[in-house]
Amino acid sequence: MSLLEVKDLQVRVEDREILHGLSLTVNKGEVHAIMGPNGSGKSTLSHVIAGKPGYEVTGGEILFGGEDLLAMSPDQRSAKGVFLAFQYPVEIPGVTTMTFLRTALNAQRKARGESEFLVPEFLKKAYAVAERLNIPREMLKRGVNVGFSGGEKKRNEILQMALFEPALCILDEMDSGLDIDALRVAADGVNALRSPDRAMVVITHYQRLLNYIIPDFVHVMSKGRVVKSGGKELALELEASGYAQFEDAA
Amino acid sequence: MNIALAKTESGRAVENIFTAARDRLPGTGKVAEIRRQAFDAFERIGLPHRRLEDWKYTDLRALMREVLPLAPAPDAAALKRAEKALGSLKSVDACRLVLIDGVLAPSLSNQGALESGVRVQSLREVLEDGSNEVRADLLFIRADLLNNGEMYGPMVALNAAMATDGVIIAVAAGAALAKPLHIIHVATRSSAAIYTRSFLQIGKGARATLLESFVAADGAQSYQANDAVIVSLGDDAELQHVRLMADSADAVNISTAIFTVGAKARLNTFNQTSGGVLSRYQGYLTFAGEGSKVDANGVNLLNGRQHADTTLFLDHAVPNCASREIFRSVVDDRAHSVFQGRIIVQPKAQKTDAKMMTRALLLSDEAEADNKPELEIFADDVTCGHGATTGALDESLLFYLRARGLSEKEAQALLIQAFVGEAIESIASDALRELAILTAQRWLAARG
Repeated sequence: MSLLEVKDLQVRVEDREILHGLSLTVNKGEVHAIMGPNGSGKSTLSHVIAGKPGYEVTGGEILFGGEDLLAMSPDQRSAKGVFLAFQYPVEIPGVTTMTFLRTALNAQRKARGESEFLVPEFLKKAYAVAERLNIPREMLKRGVNVGFSGGEKKRNEILQMALFEPALCILDEMDSGLDIDALRVAADGVNALRSPDRAMVVITHYQRLLNYIIPDFVHVMSKGRVVKSGGKELALELEASGYAQFEDAA
Repeated sequence: MNIALAKTESGRAVENIFTAARDRLPGTGKVAEIRRQAFDAFERIGLPHRRLEDWKYTDLRALMREVLPLAPAPDAAALKRAEKALGSLKSVDACRLVLIDGVLAPSLSNQGALESGVRVQSLREVLEDGSNEVRADLLFIRADLLNNGEMYGPMVALNAAMATDGVIIAVAAGAALAKPLHIIHVATRSSAAIYTRSFLQIGKGARATLLESFVAADGAQSYQANDAVIVSLGDDAELQHVRLMADSADAVNISTAIFTVGAKARLNTFNQTSGGVLSRYQGYLTFAGEGSKVDANGVNLLNGRQHADTTLFLDHAVPNCASREIFRSVVDDRAHSVFQGRIIVQPKAQKTDAKMMTRALLLSDEAEADNKPELEIFADDVTCGHGATTGALDESLLFYLRARGLSEKEAQALLIQAFVGEAIESIASDALRELAILTAQRWLAARG
């Protein structure tokens, strides 16, 4: 059974059809890259999988571990193991990062019938993970993403991934706003989470990120559909030729 | 402005209540005379209504309609009910002063825990002590009565007329109290009125913490509480004041706090309103000495049909003082929150630094918030600013939290806590801050 099966998905936002029958299959242990120009629907796909309001599914389905994902609320999906690393992580002043992480992890564990972490246990776990990612403890005491640079916000998303250990990680344009060094740090964090039990969907415009996070499969999206799929060489081809040829094929 | 009104039926009813209560009100001779004058001052206006600028959002005449008769003095059964109502408040490590239905109850208080440097008397005992006539005379803010009760308004005048008891606390100069003084107001009766008046004097260079709690015993419904606290903060002194009003869901609480702040003094006052169907908390803060700092913050947590009004009058009467007001209200269902913040900077109050920020969070379509900042600035070398916002929970923040596993209610609760957090964080005392946070969390949990 595949981990994620998107079948012929049609999605409308306000009065515009963004996805026109998108299909994608992702198995455990695989890293898929989704590339495409602006407006191709990449972010829409990631938002619909995460359950963001404002998107109307007008056709098709999404199965996660064989279950109907679209029937679940965003928090239920999170408990099942879906994690979306936001392109623009929000700032939440007044909520410390540590409190947020503990509350979120415990909410997911509770939904799964697992025991919740008490504060001291959780602190230990969080500090250990933060250290591996070179995130200073002081940062965990600040409000969620408050005053964080772009790179720090992305690293905070990866910290969450490391803590929540999701089955499916969707990285929505992780490279946007990052310089080379920040990108390398983030990519290292992601690569450290690759495992046979986990799948990743890396959404990006640019081939560069895929030098660091090497995909098993590459899909090109254009005008709301996947128009071509291939191995990692496809990303290099794209860099050479651009998206234009796929726009016509869509 | 005096609005002369023919004595209405309700006006006659209040007069009857005053007359009926007179024998129970402590103090004879001059004190009784002052009570009569105070009552007359109240009667000249009666229950405030919306044509009075200060009460435009809280028309007591329409919302409260009538003044209830004075609650009887607590009997053994009332004491029992009150003790049960104290609940977890008993575990707050403080010098506890419990007022039950407007009467100090030594058996539930722990005046034995008073530290050296603090003197506590009951208002009743001071007023009944004939030899104290002159001092008793001063207790009723003569200046206000001479001005026909207009300075502090009719509800304070009514409080002066009807106050049955309260505590008079004097903290000696230089004393630094380790434990808070905790005044607990417990209502045990239904459909009755309670009037209390307390005084706190903090001597030069002294440091103290005052906690006030308003709670109701099981079964106490539809009562009216009118409390006044008059505080004088000496030069170089510090006071942390926290007031938690959690009266019963159908009670009325009209309370006043009057602060006079000396030179180089620090006052941090925080109010949290979560109870009562109708409440008004009015604070009068005056800088009487230079170089002082006042933080006056508050949180309203409202649902159902609650109407809560917080009105602050801050007078920068002297130069070189700083003030900060942070107000947060969370309004759900059909509740109504009102914040009025008036700041006056007098002509000689140069180098005044005053900031006021009021924010309201509306959780439902019918929730309502009124924010009225009012700054009158007569000096020219000052820094003054204010802001007022009203809005709903940020959808993108809510989704982020839900995408991380929090249910809709849990996500809302986290954001609401963050929203009121800034005001609660301002409480310097760790223990009192925790108490305020706990009350807020309970309110959130009760939302379901």
